[in-house]
Parts: sequence; C-alpha cells; structure tokens
Amino acid sequence: MRQKTIAAVLGAASVLATATAVTAQDLNFDEYRQMLADGNPAELFEMEGEELWRTARGPKNATLEQCDLGLGPGVVEGAAAQMPRYFADTGKVQDLESRLMTCMETLQGIPSAEVINGKFRQGERGKIASLVAYVVTHSNGKPIAVDLSHPKMKEMYAMGEKAFFYRAGAMDFSCASCHGEDGKRIRATSLPNITTAKCAAEGWGSWPAYRVSNSQFWTMQHRLWDCFRQQRTAEPIFASDVTIALSVFMAGKGNGGQAVWPGVKR
Amino acid sequence: MASPMRIRAASKDGVTEVRVLMSHPMETGQRKDSSGNPIPAHHITELSAKHNDKVVLSAQFGPSVSTNPYLAFKFKGGASGDKLVVSWVDNKGESRTDEVQVS
Amino acid sequence: MNNQRRDALKAGGGLGVFGLLAAAGLIKPEMALAAWNKSAFDAKSMDAALAAIGAGKPADSADIQITAPDIAENGAVVPVGVVSNLPKTEYVAIMIEKNPSMLAASFEIPEGTMADVQTRVKMGQTSDVFAVVKADGKFYVAKKEVKVTLGGCGG
Repeated sequence: MRQKTIAAVLGAASVLATATAVTAQDLNFDEYRQMLADGNPAELFEMEGEELWRTARGPKNATLEQCDLGLGPGVVEGAAAQMPRYFADTGKVQDLESRLMTCMETLQGIPSAEVINGKFRQGERGKIASLVAYVVTHSNGKPIAVDLSHPKMKEMYAMGEKAFFYRAGAMDFSCASCHGEDGKRIRATSLPNITTAKCAAEGWGSWPAYRVSNSQFWTMQHRLWDCFRQQRTAEPIFASDVTIALSVFMAGKGNGGQAVWPGVKR
Repeated sequence: MASPMRIRAASKDGVTEVRVLMSHPMETGQRKDSSGNPIPAHHITELSAKHNDKVVLSAQFGPSVSTNPYLAFKFKGGASGDKLVVSWVDNKGESRTDEVQVS
Repeated sequence: MNNQRRDALKAGGGLGVFGLLAAAGLIKPEMALAAWNKSAFDAKSMDAALAAIGAGKPADSADIQITAPDIAENGAVVPVGVVSNLPKTEYVAIMIEKNPSMLAASFEIPEGTMADVQTRVKMGQTSDVFAVVKADGKFYVAKKEVKVTLGGCGG
C-alpha cells in the first residue's frame, strides 16, 4: 500500500516535471480554495482560543482579557493586522505569538520557557496557537498595517531581509531560493515571490492557516520553522529574533495588502 | 470528551441556513501509525439536527467524510431566536450535542 | 477491521448507535435514528453500495446538481454539494467511485428541509463523484468528475 502511494507520488512528480503535460491553468485551485474558505475548520481553533482568552489560568489564576496587543489592554479587534510591532514595556519588537507569551507570563504567571521549550500543537505552545486563531480572526479583511518607523522596527526589517537571502544548511538554500522568483512551485503548490509587495501580502496575509493535508492549525512561527526545516538548516528557537525579523520583513513588504485570516491551505 | 461544534444558523427570507463544523479525527481505519500498526477506524456515524423539536436533517457518515467534518443545509421556516440542536455519535459510542440560537 | 466496532455494531443489532444510546438512557429517544447502514458503508463496488441503500439501478437525472471543484488541491478535503430539483426529494447519498468504501455520507431530508446539502469528503484519487437521490419513492443519479492532485511537502 505504502509502496503504491510512493509510486503514485513519483508518477505525479514526473508528470509535473514535463512542462508541457500540466500547465499552470490545469493547476488552478481558486475554485477549490473558495469552496473551503466558507466553513474553514480553523474556526474550531478560534473557538478554543476565545475560550482560553477568557479563562482564568496559571499560577496567578488570571484571564488574558487585560493583555495589551498594542492597541490597549484587552483590544483584540484589528490588533493582529498591526503586528509585529515595537512594545515599549518589553523594549522589544514582538510578533503575535511572542506578545501572547509575554501576556501569559505577566498576567497568568505561565513561564515563557514552557512555550519556547515545548512542541508545536502541544501544551502551552498549542494553546498559543488557538489564541492566535482567535486574535487573527478579529483582523480578517483588514489591511496589513505594520508601523516600521521605530528604529527597532527598522533594525528588525533589515535583519529579516538579510535572513531571507542568507544561504545555509546542507542544500545551501535561503528563503529566497523558493520565494525569490515568480512562478516557482513545489509539486502542485505555487510558491509566492515574497520579494514583491503583492506576494508578500499574499503570504503574510494567508497565514496562520488550517492545513487540510494534516488537519492542523499552523501559526506563522510554525510555518517559518517548517521553512527552516525544509532548508535543512538549524531549526530556529520559537519566537527568537530571526523568526520575528523575518515576520517584520514579510509583513512590512506586504503593508497595505489584505489579511485573510485565518487561512486555509492544502 | 469531544470538543464543541461550531454551529451557525441564519434565517433569511423564510429559509434558515445551517452550517456546522465538528471537531473529529474521522480516522478511516486504513492508515498505519509510525510503527506500522493499523490505526483503528474512528469516525462519526450518525448525526441529527433539530429545529425547536422537529428533526430537520439526519445524516449517516462513513470514514470517507473529511477530518473535522463540515455540513451545510437549509430548511424552510425558522426565526431569529429559535433553538437549533445538532448531535452526533461515532463508532466508539462517543457523542456530542451542541445548540445555538438562529440569528 | 476494528473488532471493537464490529462487536458494538453486532450488539447494536438494528438499533444503530443512537438507538443504543437511547436504550441506555444516554440520549433522549427522539434523537434515535435509523440504524447506521453498515452494509452500504462497507460495500466494495458501486453496484453493492447502490443495492445496500435500496437504489438498484437509478435513472440518470439532469435535475440533480453536484457542486464540487473540477480539481482539488488535496484529496483529504474535497467540498461536495448536492442540490436536487426533483419534487419530493427525501434522501441524498454521496458516493466516490474510486474510494475503498464508496458511500461517503447519506442524508434524510424531511419535509420542509431543502434538498441542498454540502459536506467535504476524502478522495484517494481522481474519481467520479455520484449523487444518488430518492424522490417520490424512486432513485435517480448524477455524477461529476473531480481531479485530485497528490500533495507532498511544502505549502
């Protein structure tokens, strides 16, 4: 059975390798994606996240309702569209995941180390993913509006740009190897050219997302981690500067584009 | 304990449209885990939806229905504030019932 | 085959799981439905699946519309909708010809409910998707091909 599957996959790959056999038109999934957008199973994670936001938890037995995502304590509406951003209280540029970590630590007393040293989709890191689903839903349809004016944001943008083109690992790949030109794809999946404003917005504005292939909800931290893994390079530490810098670069490039959150992906 | 469903029911021009997302693995019984052992089938088998006290849809699912199943249907009648209840059971005898008010 | 399931179904006899739960007092009796149609869901050919739902050889009908993408990016989730314009539609079944078990889902449509249902199914490969409809006591069928591309890594 497994062998058969592999043979079928190889068969499909060889078909794609023949440029004339399958055209980009044949691989138009717009209709498919449109049909999935209504009733995105990410809503199940959003529900869980909303519940978590309002549930008193942790050593301090507090909710996250006073969490400041940049627009004031407890303001969720539109907050994700303006992230990552510089936060004066921590003196850092933070993306949504790392900001939620700060809120969980300061309000609830849940140590960030539990998230950083944890695993995707499990424990406190898994809970952050559900919270992300809840928060981004309240920026759905809004324009990406990341303020790059603070010196720390400029610094992170520059670092993100550098990281994007930095080649490393056994394959000597950078992010740009897959996402630096138009018309690239892995098998049937089109890869957005993130060096263009339009595609940066498309990429940034469609993650986090529910992945139908494994029925999982992935945050941008998870997505970036998997890009590093596919590059066969060192896996980044959760919410480390390089991941946030890449996010600032992508979001900043995509400024003005529309956030379609949460997304739904193959 | 199964996770809650997301049910949306909206009434417009005398027709209520219901959309349901269920949290369920819908395991087919045909897959193997990383050590090569078969993963037992685990899927929803039956589902019913009731508007106030009347059954407006009943369904049977097999393992071919996707993970985290989606279901949408429409019935005549239904007004804002009416009760809509959806229940499912699976092949292991687990069940879940959730209700919403029609909007 | 999952023995536990088989035993549970055997024990359930004609009651179905809802019936069992009702008998055990776990759910209210009015929620109990007809038995889960095991023979239809286990059927290994279209003919056997059609026979198991009592459809025999359904007549082709242009009054049944199947909404599904021409091509699906991932076979794990393929949206399928069925609308029947046949008067007195009382039952709709979705079958995937090339799946190990063809019958994916079936719906009882009581009076007052529109013959308009949507769900999402798994497809192992490119296949015809059939909508089998029972209207005014007779069975009808329509089909649509859905191409499935095999996914790998990425995305």
